[in-house]
Amino acid sequence: MSREAILGRVRTALGRKAGQLPGAIPDAYLRPPAIDDLTGIFCVVLEKLGARAYRVSSMADAREQVSVLVTKKTSIASNSAVLTECGVTGLPGVRSGVTDKQELRDLCASAEVGITSADFALADTGTLVMLSSGEEARMISLLPPVHVAVVPASRILSSLDQLLTTLPLPAERTSSMVLITGTSRTGDIEQILVRGVHGPGEVHVVVVESAQKW
Amino acid sequence: MPSVVSLFVTCIVDQLFPKVGMAMADVLGRIGYDIDFPEAQTCCGQPAFNSGYRDEARNVAEHFLRVFRESEYIIVPSGSCTSMITHHFRELLPDNAEVGRIEAKTWEFSRFLLEVAKVEDLGARMACIATYHDSCHALRELKIKSGPRRLLSHVQGLDLREMDTAEECCGFGGTFSVKFAEVSGAMARGKIDSIKKTGASVVVSIDSSCLMQLQGALHRAQLPIRTMHLAEVLAAR
Amino acid sequence: MEETRTIPGALSNERLQLAIYASTKRLMDHRSGAITPELLGDYQELRTQANALKKHTIDNLDYYLEMVEERVTAHGGKVVFCETGVEVSDFILKLAKERGARLIVKSKSMTTEEIDLNERLEDHGLQAVETDLGEYIIQLIGDTPFHIVAPALHLTRYEVADVFQEKLGVEKETVPEKQTMIARAVLREKFLAADIGITGANFVVANSGAVVVVENEGNARLSSSAPRIHIAIAGIEKLIPRAQDLGVFLKLLGRSATGQPLTSYTSFLSGPRRGDEIDGPEEFYLVLLDNGRTKLLENPDRRQSLYCIRCGACLNHCPVYRKIGGHNYPWVYSGPIGAIITPQFHGVSKDPWLPFASSLCGACAEVCPVKIDIPKLLLDLRADVTKDKEQKGKSGSERLAFRMFAWMMRRPKAYAMAGRIGALFAPQGSPWISRVPWYMNLAPIRAWLSQRDLPPPPPKSFRRMWKER
Repeated sequence: MSREAILGRVRTALGRKAGQLPGAIPDAYLRPPAIDDLTGIFCVVLEKLGARAYRVSSMADAREQVSVLVTKKTSIASNSAVLTECGVTGLPGVRSGVTDKQELRDLCASAEVGITSADFALADTGTLVMLSSGEEARMISLLPPVHVAVVPASRILSSLDQLLTTLPLPAERTSSMVLITGTSRTGDIEQILVRGVHGPGEVHVVVVESAQKW
Repeated sequence: MPSVVSLFVTCIVDQLFPKVGMAMADVLGRIGYDIDFPEAQTCCGQPAFNSGYRDEARNVAEHFLRVFRESEYIIVPSGSCTSMITHHFRELLPDNAEVGRIEAKTWEFSRFLLEVAKVEDLGARMACIATYHDSCHALRELKIKSGPRRLLSHVQGLDLREMDTAEECCGFGGTFSVKFAEVSGAMARGKIDSIKKTGASVVVSIDSSCLMQLQGALHRAQLPIRTMHLAEVLAAR
Repeated sequence: MEETRTIPGALSNERLQLAIYASTKRLMDHRSGAITPELLGDYQELRTQANALKKHTIDNLDYYLEMVEERVTAHGGKVVFCETGVEVSDFILKLAKERGARLIVKSKSMTTEEIDLNERLEDHGLQAVETDLGEYIIQLIGDTPFHIVAPALHLTRYEVADVFQEKLGVEKETVPEKQTMIARAVLREKFLAADIGITGANFVVANSGAVVVVENEGNARLSSSAPRIHIAIAGIEKLIPRAQDLGVFLKLLGRSATGQPLTSYTSFLSGPRRGDEIDGPEEFYLVLLDNGRTKLLENPDRRQSLYCIRCGACLNHCPVYRKIGGHNYPWVYSGPIGAIITPQFHGVSKDPWLPFASSLCGACAEVCPVKIDIPKLLLDLRADVTKDKEQKGKSGSERLAFRMFAWMMRRPKAYAMAGRIGALFAPQGSPWISRVPWYMNLAPIRAWLSQRDLPPPPPKSFRRMWKER
């Protein structure tokens, strides 16, 4: 069998025996930076990536901001409690509460805007961290040409290093963790930057700075 | 401070650019050293090593070890030959204790001036616009970058201008220059475009092989720019 | 298509030279802008960590292969070990047959280029569509990638316009933004109709049973999320021990490749959808490929060739690659990394010139995020080539020349005499020499003179000048 053949060759080449433990492994090297103003830095970096950041101080304001972005458009929203809480799911033109895979895919394929929250955000790279779950489906932040995310400020971490410190085993939580940093883009034709190749070309993040921890 | 230094002029300087060796001896003599030139010296073996002929390179390396056995300081006007001795002899002769001793005693010329002789101003004078080419072995294996520039900064009348591709390879690479001549030539011509943009009339380096490549290409292009080894510039009055 | 596939052709193709130069320069500048002391103060330390982690993983590879297999299985996926490319395509063909699958979408994977996967699948009636924009264009043309990260680097918008018009039947469109939208529309249909999605893996995380896929377009996300079946194909050397080690590797990969701290999408995928997840594939397979990698494990000095994270930085900084381009390398892996792994996979006698197509400038080693000592390996391979030639009795005049060289260099008097004789024969007096008399017209001298002039021999060697001073 190929498995045995390959493992056998590996062991022979390395001079190791089956079941032999490895030598000492270098410590994990994680150096989260100290950032005071997580929200501020996140928004600055996000805008540098060509996405848009909006800071609001209440869920009601978040709803207001989102409604501006989705007015007169068809939208599909995830089942995140954050979106229900701020009332985005009640906006005109917004479908939500979908749990059927095919129905969701069809809606995502035709919607103009996909609305999600995010499980974490990373300040120093302007990144949204999306874990696939019953609340957040993969396609909503992927198929529609515009992605709007409503993110409580308390979910903003400093960095990838802090994410991996907080969540050292993402695979135990989800089959898919995606780090979204800016918009879909390519430079494949004459190195000219084009946005929105397959994923969304527009990304809007509404950061809700309220006392409540989400 | 030692009073005697031994010169390893390198085979290319010995046979093709002897003035570089004389200039180096001149500079070292001026700052108070007695010069020893072990006549039995020939080559460091790099041409054979780089072409994949390890046995032949080893033989030449062993000869070098014998010739310079008694020397306290071995001064070399070349980054690539120095790094052959200090970085690659040990690959050819891993069990030879003499190699470690030679590594510690071998100095590229500009590094010797700055770190051992501790001299930066050689009292040189050369009115010209010059640019400096970082030879690859010197830059990346020996980490020589700011030293030669510091030495040049004290040369009266010399206006040093950086080219935008100072760290790019000139294209010599030993037998690469003839085995892949077209690519080598294209690389040289790329360097020359950069050199022209500086307005320099002199290109300086610490490696004669690079200077041979660049001068050959400059001359073929009929450009009135000449190449000089750092030693020649520092010896100029 | 303009000439890119011979060295003289590439060198004389002015447009190509400009395209390579500009693209690689841009990538070099972006990289250096992303690793400044202010932005990444511990860049050198990260390289050291990355090298140490890769060394640990490769030196204990069997342990981590078994770990990843256990984890993938625990999360509902399946690991398939394949010794050759044929085994990979056999596996996929069998699976496709069993599932009634016909359309496959693929995201960019050098490993699949290495095994000519698409060709084999298409030969058996499957449609395998490349979805990375550059790879899609290349596939339409029937070409091979020019660069590890920028496959269509050598093409102009006009060439893209022509191929879209010819192969897609659309109106001729030369604006890159519009060309991209054409491709987007065509490929979106494929994503949503495909039965199988195939991705590569930038990293395979042993303690998580996960593949990490790094991209900017979104086609890897779509390929791994839309179809019912996701197959990730990776060489066995792609393993890293822990998810936490991504803190080191992801910091180095994006910056070294394109200057991005993180690319637009970094996916951490550990199996089919589970629990109450709404979407995602129903089946997940991780194909772990040998295809000769175990050969490279054998030599402890050369094992480092397998540390490569495929960032392309060595290509961008290589003065030789920047002149000859990716199509002049004999295998899918080009540039300095290609130059060291190709002879190790295929044997030194197949392309004996390849380790010599380098001036050993060391720029590659300086920028390699995992500190592979490429120049040292090139030198080692050169020694292999000469030994191989000797064993086959094919040494020729070069070996003789270096034997004489060594003989002479151990005999100072003979060396000095040779110098004096040589000086006698060479043309005297001229500043630098453009031609030589017939008796000096040996191949190396001819080659030298084809590009530049020779220095005139001095009246006296240094040793004579010194003696007579």
